[in-house]
Amino acid sequence: MNWQTLASALFGEAHTIERRGDVICGTAQLQGQTLAVVGTTDHAAIGVETALAQAKFILDTVQNHPGRAMLLLVDTQGQRLRHRDELLCINRYMAHLGCCVDLARRSGHRVIGLVYDQALSGGFITSGLMADSCHALPEAEIRVMRLPAMSRVTKISEEVLQALSLSNPVFAPGVENYVAMGGIQSLWAGDLQASLLAALADANTADQRAAMGATRGGRKLASEVTRRVLLA
Amino acid sequence: MKLSFSELSARERVAHLLDAGTFVEILGPAERVVSPHLALLGVPSAFDDGVVIGSGELYGRAVLIAAQEGEFMGGGVGEVHGAKLVGILRRALIKRPAAVLVLAESGGVRLHEANAGLIAVSEVMRALLDVRAAGIPVVMLIGGANGCFGGMGLIARCADHTVMSDAARMSMSGPEVIESSHGVEEFDSRDRALVWRTTGGKHRFLMGDGDRLVEDDMEAFRDAAAALLGESRPLTLEFLLAEQALLTDRLMRFGDCKDAQDIWLRLGVAHPEQVTDMEAAQMQALFIPAGLVPAAGNILARSAPACAEGSL
Repeated sequence: MNWQTLASALFGEAHTIERRGDVICGTAQLQGQTLAVVGTTDHAAIGVETALAQAKFILDTVQNHPGRAMLLLVDTQGQRLRHRDELLCINRYMAHLGCCVDLARRSGHRVIGLVYDQALSGGFITSGLMADSCHALPEAEIRVMRLPAMSRVTKISEEVLQALSLSNPVFAPGVENYVAMGGIQSLWAGDLQASLLAALADANTADQRAAMGATRGGRKLASEVTRRVLLA
Repeated sequence: MKLSFSELSARERVAHLLDAGTFVEILGPAERVVSPHLALLGVPSAFDDGVVIGSGELYGRAVLIAAQEGEFMGGGVGEVHGAKLVGILRRALIKRPAAVLVLAESGGVRLHEANAGLIAVSEVMRALLDVRAAGIPVVMLIGGANGCFGGMGLIARCADHTVMSDAARMSMSGPEVIESSHGVEEFDSRDRALVWRTTGGKHRFLMGDGDRLVEDDMEAFRDAAAALLGESRPLTLEFLLAEQALLTDRLMRFGDCKDAQDIWLRLGVAHPEQVTDMEAAQMQALFIPAGLVPAAGNILARSAPACAEGSL
């Protein structure tokens, strides 16, 4: 789904979301409350500028509109793979974006992430995955790498990986796998506005993804291992 | 005798960093907490899943510690590895140590269990920021041959402080990944000098991305870590506004630079070509202006290094 269609489905005409480069941002009205909306489009490669622009919007919101809920819209091919970005320390820019999302949550802003198209590795870690809860459209794609690339890295045949991925969600791309592992809290199908309202109403701010992964059976050990470290 | 950080195993690093005999490991190899996914792939697993965690003392003060083993899967973060890091960070909220020390050596997400690793990295980031918000400093110590890349590069930049050796590298994407994506003209991964001056400890220190630069020596890391105990830098709105300003300014000043040496020259380093041969101590002396408090100095761009008069 493109971002314009998504914005209309969520807010009708009641939004000012605009595109500047690969970044989309603006505000929206939803049942009497104002939301700050920020994200990327066109499978953006997140470079230093893209990270900084999103961070600026989030900081502006925290500074000028205390408590305003935020919606992070994710469509990224991951971090930009350029020498210049590494020279400028792109991991610092991206970590800064993640820290801004974290500050917003900590300052009492409800922050919701939504993968509406594509989410890959670094671009996803520092945005949607830093939200209070992250959701996805059923047709979205989430992955670190596709099976052919994974096959090359691990030197294990694609057929074997394909077979393993039927029973274990850690190997294969797909939103359902991320739901099973607790990384995605829910899939939004049908009435998107209702889904957003439900996510906003959920007051939980603790990181419960490992526990969700255990309950859903997609990530059986993470929660238990963390618990054992705490009890040791 | 000088002990090289980069040549030691994770467990040896922990033993030499902390006061002798104080380290108590949590979920050590005897507990056999291994990755359930590697076995399915027929890949050998490690009884600690490549990360050593526990408690100990540094100059008599209580700390929690984690050390990644670069020799096992390049220090990659998988489900169990990540959960151990989350666990030691959450434990800090209860135990309130003088610091959490993270000896990072990692290529980032472990691709053999990619999806779980990706989520785990974000869980570590959130757990780390909880510790930072509680006023307990998290100190990254980076000195392993595999560097600190990908998700671990992000985690490193979420911490209160980053200490690097001149042999260390910190970055997002590895040079090989960039080269395979955009060609050898974009980033020649076999050009060791280029790789080091783009991602190495000296460049990161000159830019303020690494707070401290030390020799590849356990004692130097130990002293740097000790100096940062209790030195918390909470992430406030003011702090992040200053960071935003710094990063915006950096783009304006250095966004057109093609090479690290162009940046160093613009920073006021008179002879950038000499940086490669300098000792860490020389660099520290030249670039930290006397009297600047490290905790506050970090956020300031090192715009006017003390060497601006041409001593370098």
